[in-house]
Formats: sequence, C-alpha cells, structure tokens
Amino acid sequence: MRLYVAGQTPKCLTAFSNLKKICEEHMAGRYRIEVIDLLKNPQLARGDQILAIPTLVRKLPEPVRKIIGDLSDTERVLVGLDLRPLKRGS
Amino acid sequence: MAKSSGRLGPTRNELPKSPTGIKGLDDVTGGGLPKGRPSLVCGSAGCGKTLFALEFLARGALDHNEPGVFMAFEETAEELTQNVASLGIDLDDLVARGKLVLDHVHIERSEIQQTGEYDLDGLFIRLEHAIDSVKAKRVALDTVEALFAGFPDEMILRAELRRLFRWLKEKGVTAVITAERGEGTLTRHGMEEYVADCVILLDHRVNDQVSTRRLRVVKYRGSLHGTNEYPFLIDDDGITVMPITSLGLDHPAPTERVSTGIERLDFMLGGKGFYRGSSVLVTGGAGTGKSSTGALFVDAACGRGETALYVALEESPHQIKRNMGSIGVNLGRWEKKGLLHFFAARPTAYGLEMHVAVIQKAIEQLNPQVVVIDQVTNLEAVGPTHDVKLALTRMIDFLKSRRITALFTSLLPLADEIDHTDVGISSLMDVWIMLRNVESDGERNRTIYILKSRGMSHSNQAREFILSSRGVELADVYLGPEGVLTGAARAARVGRDKAEALTRRQEVERRRRELESKRAALKAQVVALQAEFEIEEAEVLQSIEEMQLKESVLAEGRSEMARLRGADPDGPTNRRQRNGQEGGASEQNREKAGRAKAGPGRRAGR
Repeated sequence: MRLYVAGQTPKCLTAFSNLKKICEEHMAGRYRIEVIDLLKNPQLARGDQILAIPTLVRKLPEPVRKIIGDLSDTERVLVGLDLRPLKRGS
Repeated sequence: MAKSSGRLGPTRNELPKSPTGIKGLDDVTGGGLPKGRPSLVCGSAGCGKTLFALEFLARGALDHNEPGVFMAFEETAEELTQNVASLGIDLDDLVARGKLVLDHVHIERSEIQQTGEYDLDGLFIRLEHAIDSVKAKRVALDTVEALFAGFPDEMILRAELRRLFRWLKEKGVTAVITAERGEGTLTRHGMEEYVADCVILLDHRVNDQVSTRRLRVVKYRGSLHGTNEYPFLIDDDGITVMPITSLGLDHPAPTERVSTGIERLDFMLGGKGFYRGSSVLVTGGAGTGKSSTGALFVDAACGRGETALYVALEESPHQIKRNMGSIGVNLGRWEKKGLLHFFAARPTAYGLEMHVAVIQKAIEQLNPQVVVIDQVTNLEAVGPTHDVKLALTRMIDFLKSRRITALFTSLLPLADEIDHTDVGISSLMDVWIMLRNVESDGERNRTIYILKSRGMSHSNQAREFILSSRGVELADVYLGPEGVLTGAARAARVGRDKAEALTRRQEVERRRRELESKRAALKAQVVALQAEFEIEEAEVLQSIEEMQLKESVLAEGRSEMARLRGADPDGPTNRRQRNGQEGGASEQNREKAGRAKAGPGRRAGR
C-alpha cells in the first residue's frame, strides 16, 4: 500500500497513524506501507493519479482502490480496502 | 498588478493582457485575457471550450513564447492531440520542445473512498510541478468541474477550488478554466463565484436547424470590452471570432473606375463603369442574367490582372464555368492562372453569421480586388431578414474598408416589385442594376435598367439585354407610340419601320420621276408652240410683204397716172409722192413694232 502525503501536515500525520493502527489491528505482519511525500517527489503524483491528500492507494489485489482523507473512519477504510473487520469475522 | 495600482491610487495603468492569439477575440477584449489571472470560459457541451483553452495555450507557446500547462480532466493527452491535429496544431511537437505539458487527470468515482478530511494538495503539487517544469505562463484546466463528479464532499471541494484559483493568481499564470453551463446559471457548479476576473460565455445555438456559435464576454474586471454576442467559427485554423462592431462608416471613397465587363453598361454608367470599392446590387427575377452579369464582371477584372473571388451560394463552380462558357465567358482560364477563386457553399451548410465569417475569412486570405456574391437571397434561408441585412451591412463595410468592388446578385420574386428587394439591402448599395423579364407576344425578353448609381451620371434608358454565345449585348429597345418593344416584337417593329422607310423612299423617287416627265412634256409643248408660232409668223410676214407689194404697185400706178396727166415732176405732187412712199414704209415699221409689242411672251418662249 502506498500512502501519499504532502509534508508533515496534521492531516497527513493523522492519516499515517490511523493507517498504522488499522493495519496492525486487522492484518498484522501481512502488509507493507510505502509513504510518498509529494513535496519531495512531485512527479509521482501523475502516476497514481493523485489529487487529494492524503490518499491511500491499494495496488494489490486488483482493482486499484483509492482511499482519501485522514482515514479516521475505520469502517470506510476497511470497506475501501475490501477487508472484513476482524472482530466480526471471528 | 492592476489590483495594486488600484490600491495605490489613480494611476491609470492599462490592465496587462495576455493575447489569446484567437483571431478576433483580442479585438473584442482589447488585447486578450487578463494577464496573471484566471479566466472562466463556460458553455454547453460541444461549444468549443476545450478548443478555446487549447488554442490559447498553443498560440501562446508558438507566437508569444509563453509555455503552457494543459490539465485535462476529461480527455487523455492522446485524444487531445488527435482532436486538434486537424486544426493544424501539433501538440506532440510542442510537448517535445518543452513548450507544453499535457496532464490528464483521471478521476474514477468508484475507485475513491472518502474516509475523513482531505485536501487537494496532490492536484496543487502536480500542477506546480508541471508549471515549474516548463516555466509555464499559461495554464488551462479543462474542465475542473469533473472534480465534483469524483469527490464526494462538496464543501471541501469548494474551499479547495477557491484556494486553487487564489494560488494560480499568486503563481502569476494566466489561466483558462472551462466549465459546463448550468440551468439558468453560467456554470453548473457556480464556478463564476471563484473566477471572477473575466468570464467568457460560449454558445452554440440552433435556429431553424442551422447552428451558430456565439461568444460573449460576460464580464471583464478592470477593462473595457465588447459586450455583444459575437459569432465565431471553428475551422481548419481554429477559432475565429467575428467582431461585429469593429467596423465603422469611415471607409475611403476612391474615384477610380472599374469596368463592368459589358461595354454598353459602362457607357450607361457615365462611360466608365463602377467606382472601385463600391457595392453593386444586381436584382432580377429567375433567369434574367444575374449570374451572367456577375461572371462578366469577374471576367473583366481578371482580364485586367486583378484577383477575384466568386462566392457561389447556388451553383457549384463547375456548373458556373460550364454555364458561362455558353455565353462565351471562359472563367476556367482565370482559375488556372490563379486570378479567380471560387468559394462555394450551400446557404444551409452553416448559419448566417458563420457564412459571413467564412466569406470574410476567404476574402482576408485571398485579398481580392473584386468579389461577386451570387446570390444573397439564399442567405435568407438561414436567417431572418433583419439578420441578413445586418450581416450584409457588415459584409459591405468590410468590403469597402478593403476597397473591394463587390457585386451582389439578388433574386426578385416578382418583376413588378421594383422597390422591394427581399432582404431590404438596396439602400446599402451604391449601384443598383435591375434586370427584368418583359413578357410580350408569347416571349420573354431581358431588359436592363440602372435604378441608381451614386455619384455619377447614368443613363435612364432601358436596354435590351441579349445573351448569346458571343457574350452579352445591350441593344436599344424600341421606343415608339406602341411603348417599349423588345425581342421579336422589336425586330418586327424595326423590320416594319424599314419597310415603311423603303416605301417612303420609293414614293419620293416616283414623285421625282413624275416631275421629270412633266417637265419633259412641258418642254415638248413649248417646242410645238414655238413651231406653230414660227409658221404663223412666216405667214404673217408673207402677207405683209404681199400687202406692201400691192401698195407699191398702187403707188406706181398713181404716179404713172400723174405722169400721164402731165403733172410737174418736180412739183409738190412729186414731193408728196416721195413722202407717201416714205409714209408707207413708216406704216410698215409701225405695224412691225405693234406686233413686237404683242408677242413678247412668245418670243421669250423661244
């Protein structure tokens, strides 16, 4: 998964911590997060068609999903990532 | 800059402008779009927004050395390149030369899941990166409203857009933002709230199944601008806006004359033809020879080595060339020499404004000295009379300002309505030539009049207009007690006149002969009388002689008697005798004189 951010804005920091929490909770050890700072690599925005910040892009499995916002709505993040909440699944 | 100057005080600095390079638009806006500010171009689907934005960038990159960034939210770069290649703009080349960045922003609603607060920094960063990579001065966003479809939270979007436009201003780039037109509003999502410096509205209207594109500058802060709706067209050269009001009534009036191509018509127009730069209207019913007049005019112009444009709204160029061949006018040779150009289009091919625009454009490209438009009545098929008149006024102004002599042909529905041209344009024209069909004795004959010709003496006579394989001839019509006669009636009348003249000549001849013979007869009579007189005279003389003889015999007898009586020979008797003899002679003389007195007439006759 790639998380696109632009500098150390509060929104981006919130998003990163939220993502970390969700991943640890639901798929511990089975994920990889790549954080891309567009301020440092602006040319990368074109490739994944990034407009909104922060954006989480799930490349695999297909189809590509984009989750925008600070990821504070865990339900929606899980739906967006096509993950079933662990609690309900167990 | 204008903003700061406004704050500083009454420095009347002109608002800096960025020329669009779009023909005509810079006239309307007084120089272009506001430099360093965003402008909004709105309009409904298919009215040319994307093309407008692209042309703005391409012209800037090519002509003004201002690189640009095109951010497309709807079409991909490949699609855009293909779309404008037909307009002669090579986007690939511009991109390769580092003059242009094409960035396609793909937004797929289904891929996006919103999970909280976000902003559009990604877009900003992309745009900034693109701008910085080519040092762009111009930016186009086409159409930014696509964001509304892709992102769910409108509140955030609106705030972000507001930030985007402010940011663009700060960047100092001249931006064109396109937006879809909404119901009752300029744009569907109220974009005009954010971009308020310059708003241009594009419109694509269909009237009577004919479409016309129009452009209007709705708003232009800090600058004067044309407020009308200007028709514009999209063709091989991109967008062309036709400013309506940029033409005034201050065109020069040349005194040079040009031939009409018909010798006798020149003669009717003060002997020299039309003024250069004048507008000529040729009206007439069907088949009165309007096109032929136009073709002859063109033929004469090309013969002088001038360039001519024949705008055919009715017939195809081939048809015109063939038909004019039948009256001995070979237009094909001028076309081959490059002097004559045809421009043919069906009136219904596009709207009225478009027609005018297209014709004007053709004229601008060719720069001819002579233009024939055959025929303007057809334009009525695509616009109301009022509009046609306006359009033609503009056309005439345009032609006059370029010193082009123009001949318009117009169809008159009925020959009786002399003062009525269906588009009411006669008052705009300098010369009005009327062609009429005169029907009589089972035939129709063409006549030609000059109804008006400003600024020159012209003939008030009607002429018969004869089209033959040798060309056009103008013949005098027959004017007589029976009225104006043309064609066969004229020929018959002329024949009859000839016969009458012959008869009259014969009559004179006869009279003269009669007189001769009378004189001869009289002469003979005189001779006869003379002869008679001579006979009479001879007789009379003879009788006189006889009488004298008798007298002398008597006198001799008396003297013999006296001698016998023994009278003194030297006596008075003798003397008397001598006297008597003398008296007799004098008597004879007297008689002669008397006769002479009586007969002077006879003697004169001799």
